Amino acid sequence: MLLAAAVLLIVLGAARGDVRSVLAKAIRICTECIGLG
Amino acid sequence: MPTRRRLVQLYTALLYNAHLKGFINGSIYTGNVKALCLPGLNCYSCPGAVGSCPLGAMQNAVSSANVRTPYYVVGIVMLMGIIFGRTICGWLCPMGMLQDLLYKIPTPKVKKGPVTRALSWLKYVILIVFVLVIPFWYALMSFPLPAFCKYICPAGTFEGAVGLLSNPANANMMGMLGILFTRKMVILGLLAGACVFVFRAFCRFLCPLGAIYGLFSRFAFIGVKVDVPKCVDCGKCVEKCKLDVRHVGDHACIHCGECISDCPTGAISFRAGKITLMGNEGFVPEKEKVKQRRRGRILWGAAAAVLVFALWYFNR
Repeated sequence: MLLAAAVLLIVLGAARGDVRSVLAKAIRICTECIGLG
Repeated sequence: MPTRRRLVQLYTALLYNAHLKGFINGSIYTGNVKALCLPGLNCYSCPGAVGSCPLGAMQNAVSSANVRTPYYVVGIVMLMGIIFGRTICGWLCPMGMLQDLLYKIPTPKVKKGPVTRALSWLKYVILIVFVLVIPFWYALMSFPLPAFCKYICPAGTFEGAVGLLSNPANANMMGMLGILFTRKMVILGLLAGACVFVFRAFCRFLCPLGAIYGLFSRFAFIGVKVDVPKCVDCGKCVEKCKLDVRHVGDHACIHCGECISDCPTGAISFRAGKITLMGNEGFVPEKEKVKQRRRGRILWGAAAAVLVFALWYFNR
């Protein structure tokens, strides 16, 4: 049940473009993370 | 000879950071694979990181301009929680490994007790306040603020800041350092110091990812499990454990497996569903030991192949 919910959320998120958003953030240096603000 | 767990920790740290040329040229990996969230705490601004940090991705989604529910990230974290639970903390997290190594420095140690047990709930407060509420609140004012990453996360400071800023190619960033960087370095120093005296201080008291995975401790497919009919309730497992567990496999357990050898009845084992991956040697029949060794060889062989491929793929 939980497994199905997890998979459903991943599929929904991917269909909505969340994957692109995650990638867009990940491929830029996170200045907040490294203390540059 | 390092333990099996240490070898797995080293392996995952290398796999998560397989973009080795990033450490040489001072850049981060920008390939599509980075859309995948890694299970453990590993900053995506680390020059070697080949995947996203689930906490960073979650805060980014929550703090994005149109305040969206992070379906994809929540789904991935749920999936990893259901499969591994806090086995990730014990075996698959580079920050966990660093804390284990710091604790090996010979000093007097702070033992667990009512104070550490109470403090172990602090990570849920950190999760709610810094990962969810503050980013959401600031998103309502159209100001993205990944509060945990910005103010607390030692992975960002150690892997991201030190990893990037120590490279001469990023000398231009040095001029941008200010009070935030100083604060983060102080926090990193304090946490590193604490980890020398207190076992896994960051994991136990502050890590929001550990807090999330701890919620799945009842359902996780892989982990240390107790065969209840064999258990005589002697309490040796809880006594031996350096963490604030009330029983093996609860939300505080990181499934390191150190209690397995201490169980007088062989009731504790490390399992994936019904398959025993690691049990008390004294209670495992010879036939089963042979099966476990064969499984181990196959798994290590597959893991080595994956690592070799990753090192080629992310550095070509």
